[in-house]
Amino acid sequence: MLVETAPPAAETSRAPRFGFLRSWDTAIIVALLASIVIASVTVTGFATPRNIGFLLIDIIPILLLALPMTYIILTGEIDLSVASIAGFTSCVFGALWNAGMPMETIIPLCIVLGVVSGAFNGFLVSVVGLPSLAVTIGTQALYRGLAFDVLGDQAVTSFPRAITTGLQAKIGATGIPVWILPVILLVIVFGVVLHFTGFGRSLFAIGYSVDAARFSGIGVARTKFWLFVISGAMAAVVGVWWTLRYGSARGDNATGLELSVIAAVLLGGVSIFGGKGTLPGVIAGVGLLAILRNALQLASVPEDTLSMLTGGLLILAVVAPNAIAWARSLSRKASTT
Amino acid sequence: MKFMSTTGSRRLAPTYIAIATGLALALSACGGTTNSSSTASGEGATSSASADPNAPLKEGLKVAFLPKQLNNSYFTVTDRGGKTAVDEYKGTFSEVGPSEASASSQVSYINTLTQQGSNVIATSANDPKAICSALDEARSAGAKVVTFDSDTDPSCRDLYVNQATAEGIASTQVKLISDAVGAEGGDIAILSATANATNQNAWIELMKKELEKPEYAKLKLVATVYGDDNAQKSQQEVQALLQAHPTLKGIISPTTVGVAAAAQYLSGSEYKGKVQLTGLGFPSQLKEFVKNGTMKSFALWDVEKLGYLAAYAGAALASGQITGAEGQTFKAGTMGEFKVGPNSTVLLGDPTVFTAANVDQYNF
Repeated sequence: MLVETAPPAAETSRAPRFGFLRSWDTAIIVALLASIVIASVTVTGFATPRNIGFLLIDIIPILLLALPMTYIILTGEIDLSVASIAGFTSCVFGALWNAGMPMETIIPLCIVLGVVSGAFNGFLVSVVGLPSLAVTIGTQALYRGLAFDVLGDQAVTSFPRAITTGLQAKIGATGIPVWILPVILLVIVFGVVLHFTGFGRSLFAIGYSVDAARFSGIGVARTKFWLFVISGAMAAVVGVWWTLRYGSARGDNATGLELSVIAAVLLGGVSIFGGKGTLPGVIAGVGLLAILRNALQLASVPEDTLSMLTGGLLILAVVAPNAIAWARSLSRKASTT
Repeated sequence: MKFMSTTGSRRLAPTYIAIATGLALALSACGGTTNSSSTASGEGATSSASADPNAPLKEGLKVAFLPKQLNNSYFTVTDRGGKTAVDEYKGTFSEVGPSEASASSQVSYINTLTQQGSNVIATSANDPKAICSALDEARSAGAKVVTFDSDTDPSCRDLYVNQATAEGIASTQVKLISDAVGAEGGDIAILSATANATNQNAWIELMKKELEKPEYAKLKLVATVYGDDNAQKSQQEVQALLQAHPTLKGIISPTTVGVAAAAQYLSGSEYKGKVQLTGLGFPSQLKEFVKNGTMKSFALWDVEKLGYLAAYAGAALASGQITGAEGQTFKAGTMGEFKVGPNSTVLLGDPTVFTAANVDQYNF
């Protein structure tokens, strides 16, 4: 006689309110804290204000892009064009700067450009109905090409040094960059929206089952459209940040950034198929990858080893939840016989 | 289906917030700043110490070479020269770098070197400005910065070791292609490295000026393409060039990766001997091509000596022998005395032209 035990809470289609207690996300957060402790103790020069400054400044673009990327991957889509949009806005920034426009005009224009680029992605995905993987592979190349079109082989480097230095200003002697604070604010906003609002819950629903979500009254196409718009806007913010932080607008800015972002999001426990994941997990994933990179570089570990390590972690992130679920199903089968 | 749902405004909240943050960035970071109103800031870490030419070279200096990218044959040789020098003055040598030659990828390596307390950073920059603030931070932490091959903005480095004058390189390249193509002239193209490389772009600009001279009136530059210092991409660009310009008579490739890839392609194709090739290349890589008729000549300088000189320049700076001001001199090991020129630049020498006659004499 079969005695069905109640399925564990994690299997229900409702996104748990306190989702950050899921096992993989907790594991990543623990791994993050452990890596901070181990690195501080074993790697000389890691736990200094200057290094904290380096680490946090470098983390800003990835963190910013990881926020909308999490939303998009949760719905089962993906946006590979974020780095190209950032590069494109960076070049437009440079071109407008060369034309003599003041910065207060240029920056909003760049954000608008990001919104338009994201809207184009969103249009193709939600209205035309194309798979986002295909669309964003295409727009990734398109926007990167446009970036090079705008500035050609020139780099615009005439930005005032004061801004580049100002963006890296630190709070007193702690080494913590001033500009991490608005980023943390954004993280909190995205986290609250995802885990405590109806909109956030609708993302999980779309990821679990698009049809079920549609029949429950969620505007799936509209939601996805706006997600790509937000992603584009955020990519533009990153483009502006990148240009001013490095003081250089060039066509190859931010190349390859999307892969670091997606790696961090997946490491943070977001399922590539959508429907599962938490923002604290993603933050921990971003932090873990950044700290590993920083600490191992300080310890003079060669580049190839670093890449292999990152790749290994990523594979673990994707395989482990499946392995845990498989192990659970085995133990359930054992308990029913 | 609800058209205007109650969650509509909340849905847009993140968008508004993202846009608002962008505007906040705009308003707080800059009031009324335009290109023309920004003052040219020439401040960087200036050394106030005076030079002592008789100071001995310090022992145990930590010297790091940070090329444009690793696994690039050109930089393998420069860094080899650097290591020879560092071993001679008993320092510790390390070579770090990104795998992609992009502007910002060098920044995290510079930060790491700053943290590790390097005494000398010798680098070839992918972009003249992008690594500046990282270099300034390194200099305020006590490191001396020497650029070689591809310079940064002069305010963020202590010394620049130039392999040859840009004018010398450009005029040699144009003369070589003109000699190879012959008196009837024709269309020529340039196969460069990455689109933003400081040094290649400077040379290309000078080549264009050089081509305006009356003796090169029959040569016409029809295209400039970028192989990104990637062998496969360089070959694809050459292929595309030959398709798009059937009347092409010559290609200049002022990058060792590009010229080797182009030579490889041309020597196995129907264009061998018909489309002339010259550029900046290693004798070891291009030996077979000058001998089999694909190329008539090419130029370069002593690449290994470039790294050697950069390492000694760095040591001289770190030991207080020089501060990088014009007119100071220092001894670079077996290469003898070198004098610092204007803009804190040290010149290696003149480019060398290689042909089938002399290519065997060199082993790099």
